[in-house]
Amino acid sequence: MQSLTTPLFLIFALAVIGYYLAKSRAMQVAGGDIRGLVSLPHQHALNTALATVVPPTAAVLLFALYGRFADTGPSWLFTLVIMGLGVTGFALSLIGIKTNSRARIFAERWILGLLIFASSIAVMTTIGIVFSMLFETFNFFGQYDWRDFFFSLTWSPNFRGNSDLGIIPLLWGTLYVSFIALVFAVPVGLFAAIYLSEYASPRMRSIAKPAIEVLAGIPTIVYGLFALITVGPLLRDYFAEPMGLGQSASSVMTAGLVMGIMLIPFVSSLSDDIINAVPQAMRDGSLGLGATPSETIRQVVIPAALPGIVGAILLAASRAIGETMIVVLGAGAAARLSLNPFEAMTTVTVKIVSQLTGDTDFASPETLVAFALGLTLFVITLGLNVFALYIVRKYREQYE
Amino acid sequence: MKNSLLVTDARTKKRNAKEARFKAYGLSAIIVAMLALAVLLTSVVNNGMSAFQQTFITLQVPLPADKLDKVGNRDPADMAKVTTIGYNPILRDALVAEVERQGLTTELSAKDIGEMISKEASATVRDRVLANPDLVGQTVTFDILASGRIDGVFKGRVTMESAALDGNTSPEALILAQQLAEAGVIETKFNWNFFTAPDASDQRPEAAGLGVAILGSLYMMLVVLFLALPIGVASSIYLEEFAPKNRWTDLIEVNISNLAAVPSIVYGILGLAIFINFMEFNQSSPLVGGLVLTLMTLPTIIISTRAALKSVPPSIRDAALGVGASKMQSVFHHVLPLAAPGILTGTIIGLAQALGETAPLLLIGMVAFVREYPAAFSPESGLFGEASTALPVQVYNWTQRSDPAFVERASGAIITLLVFLLIMNAVAIYLRRRFERRW
Repeated sequence: MQSLTTPLFLIFALAVIGYYLAKSRAMQVAGGDIRGLVSLPHQHALNTALATVVPPTAAVLLFALYGRFADTGPSWLFTLVIMGLGVTGFALSLIGIKTNSRARIFAERWILGLLIFASSIAVMTTIGIVFSMLFETFNFFGQYDWRDFFFSLTWSPNFRGNSDLGIIPLLWGTLYVSFIALVFAVPVGLFAAIYLSEYASPRMRSIAKPAIEVLAGIPTIVYGLFALITVGPLLRDYFAEPMGLGQSASSVMTAGLVMGIMLIPFVSSLSDDIINAVPQAMRDGSLGLGATPSETIRQVVIPAALPGIVGAILLAASRAIGETMIVVLGAGAAARLSLNPFEAMTTVTVKIVSQLTGDTDFASPETLVAFALGLTLFVITLGLNVFALYIVRKYREQYE
Repeated sequence: MKNSLLVTDARTKKRNAKEARFKAYGLSAIIVAMLALAVLLTSVVNNGMSAFQQTFITLQVPLPADKLDKVGNRDPADMAKVTTIGYNPILRDALVAEVERQGLTTELSAKDIGEMISKEASATVRDRVLANPDLVGQTVTFDILASGRIDGVFKGRVTMESAALDGNTSPEALILAQQLAEAGVIETKFNWNFFTAPDASDQRPEAAGLGVAILGSLYMMLVVLFLALPIGVASSIYLEEFAPKNRWTDLIEVNISNLAAVPSIVYGILGLAIFINFMEFNQSSPLVGGLVLTLMTLPTIIISTRAALKSVPPSIRDAALGVGASKMQSVFHHVLPLAAPGILTGTIIGLAQALGETAPLLLIGMVAFVREYPAAFSPESGLFGEASTALPVQVYNWTQRSDPAFVERASGAIITLLVFLLIMNAVAIYLRRRFERRW
C-alpha cells in the first residue's frame, strides 16, 4: 500500500486542478455568459473532480482486497492503470463540457454512488464479522473435534497441546452471571420505569430519568474496576467468608451484581418507552371502574406492555451475555461448573480475551478456539436480538 | 356505622395499603439505582483522587564532574555513557547528606535511605544533565520522585503495620519520611506527570502516567471522527432520502439495528482477523483501533443521524423541489444543514461511547507496554501506525499489576476518562439545547 500513496496524492491534486479548469472552461464554452449554460460552472467542476477521483480510488480499494488474496504488492502496471483511470476521467469530463451538457446530473450520479457505497459498509461489516470468525472456526474444527468442544465438561487449555476445550463450563459461567445480573436489574429497572411513568411528578422525572441514564453512559471498564476494588472485597468480607462460601473476591456474585447495575438503565428506559406507549384510555377505563393505580398498573398496563417488556429483558440479557470488561475484572478466570455464587467462574468473553491476548499462535487450537467461542457468542446474542426486536416490533403495531 | 362512606372498610384499607406498598417499591427501585450510581462514583473518586497528588523530595544534588563527565569535554554524547546506575549513588548520597543537614538520626543504612527515592529519579536527573551539560560540577536543586512506598505513607496507603511486613520499606523509613516532611524536604504536590508521563514498569508505580494513553485515545478519536462521521452521514442520507423500498434496503436496515447490539468484543475479533491478520496493519496501532471503533460506532451514528434527518419536516424538501432544486440539492442545501445539530450531538455521543470502549482494543494488542509517545505519522509505519495504548486499556493494564499503588493510578485514570466523557456529553447536551428546533 505504501507505494500507492504518491499516485493517489497526484490524483487528488489532479482533481483540484480539474475543478478549477472545468469551472473556467465552462464559462469559456458559454462565451462568458452564464445564461448559456444548462449546468452551472461549479456543477461542471464538481463532475470533473469526482470523475477524476472516484474510479481510481475504487480501483485501489478493490485492489487492496484482491492484492491480499493474491499476496502481491502493487506493481508499476497497476500504478499506471489507476493513473490512467484518473487522467481518463479528468480528460473525458473536461472535453465533455458543452453549453447543453447536463453536468449536474452526472455529478449527482457520482454522489449517489458514493452514498450507496457508504450504506453498504454496514453490510460489509456483518459479512466481515461472520466470515472472519467462520473461517478460523473451520480451522479450529479441523484440529479439534466439534463434539468435544460443545459437549466436554472441562476447560483446561494447555499450550503444549492436549487441551480440553469444552465450552460448557464457560457457557455455565456466562449464563450464571447473566442470570444474577438480570435478577437484580429486572425488578429494579421495571419498578423504576413504572414509578417514573405512572407516579413521578414531572420534576422528579426530569431529575431521576437522566440520573439513571448516566449509568448507561459509564464505560464498562469503570464498572469492572468498581467490581474489582469495591464490590468484590466487600462481598468477600461480609458475605462469603462469614458464611464459609469462599475466599475469592472475584466471583459470579460480584460480576453479576455490578453487571446488574449496568443493566438497570437498559431495562428501565426501554420499559419506560413501552409503558408510555400503552394508550391512556386503557388506564382511564380501569381507574374509572374504581381500581387503584397499582391495580391498574398490574392488571391493565403491564399485561398490555408485557411483550415489549419481555423484549427489553431479552435485549438486556443479550447485553449481559456479551459483556466483557466486568467479567474479566470481576468474575475470575477459573472455568468451573459450580452452583456456589461466591466462587470465581469464568465466561465465554473472558476466555476470548485470555486466548487472544499475549503471544498467540494462529495455528494452534488453543488460539483458534477463541474464534469458535466468538462465533457462538455472536450467534447467541444475534438470536436474542432478532427475537427481541421481533417481539417489540410486533407489539408496537398493536396500538398504532 | 358499618357501611358508612366516611369510614374506610377493611378491604379498602387493604387495597390502599397495597397501593402504598407498590408505590414504595417503585420509589425504592429508583433510590437503589441512584444509590448504585452514587456508590460507584464515590468509590472511584475516593480511590483515585490521590493519583493527582505525588510526593516529591526536594534535594540539593551535587553533580560531580569526575563521575558524570569522565572525558571532561561536556559533550552529551560522551556523558551518555554514564547510565542511570551511575546516577543512583549520587542521589542516595545527596539524600543522606540532607538527612544529616536536617539533624535527623536514623538507624537506616545509606542503602535503605537511597530506597526512599524512586528508581525513576536517576533517569529524570540524567535527562536534565544531558540536556544541559553545564550543570555538571554544580550543586543543583531537584524535585525528585519519592518511591511508591514513601508516596503511599502520605496517602494513607502504607502504614506502620504494612511496612513492617513489606520487604521494600520499613517502619524506620516511614518515621524518617515523616520527619523529612516536617522539615519540608518531602512535599506532596499536584501531579502533572500523571497526564504527561508514559507508563512505567511494575517496580515504579510512582512514575506511571497517562501521556501515551491520552495521545493514543486522541489519535483513535480522530480516526473515528474522520471515518465514522462522513460514512455514517452518507449512509443515513441514502437510507433516509434516496433508498427505494426493496429487499436490499430492508436488509441494510435490519443489519444496522443488529450491528448496534453485537457485543463489542466481536468487533475486536473482526479487527484482529481482518485488519491485523489479513491486511497486516501494525498491531496495537491507533489506526487499527480507530478502524475497529469506527465500525462499532457507525450504527450509533447512523441511527441518530437518521432520526435527525427524519425530524426535518417534508415541507422543507417540498419547498426546495418546488423552486426547481434537484433531490440532491434539496438534501445537501436544505435538509442536511437543518439536521446538523442533531447529527453532531449523535456523533459526539458515539465518540464518547468509543472513547470508553475497552474489550475490542484488548484483542488488537493495545495491552502492550508502550513507553514511547507514538508519532502521528512516520515513514515506516504510516499514518497512526505506531504502537500505542488507550485510556481505558491503560486502566485495565494497571489493574493487572501486583503493586497496590497501581489501584490508585487505575482509579485516577478512570476519573480522567470520566471527565473527558462528561465534557463530551455536556457539549452534546449544550448543542442540543442551543440549536434544537421544534417544527
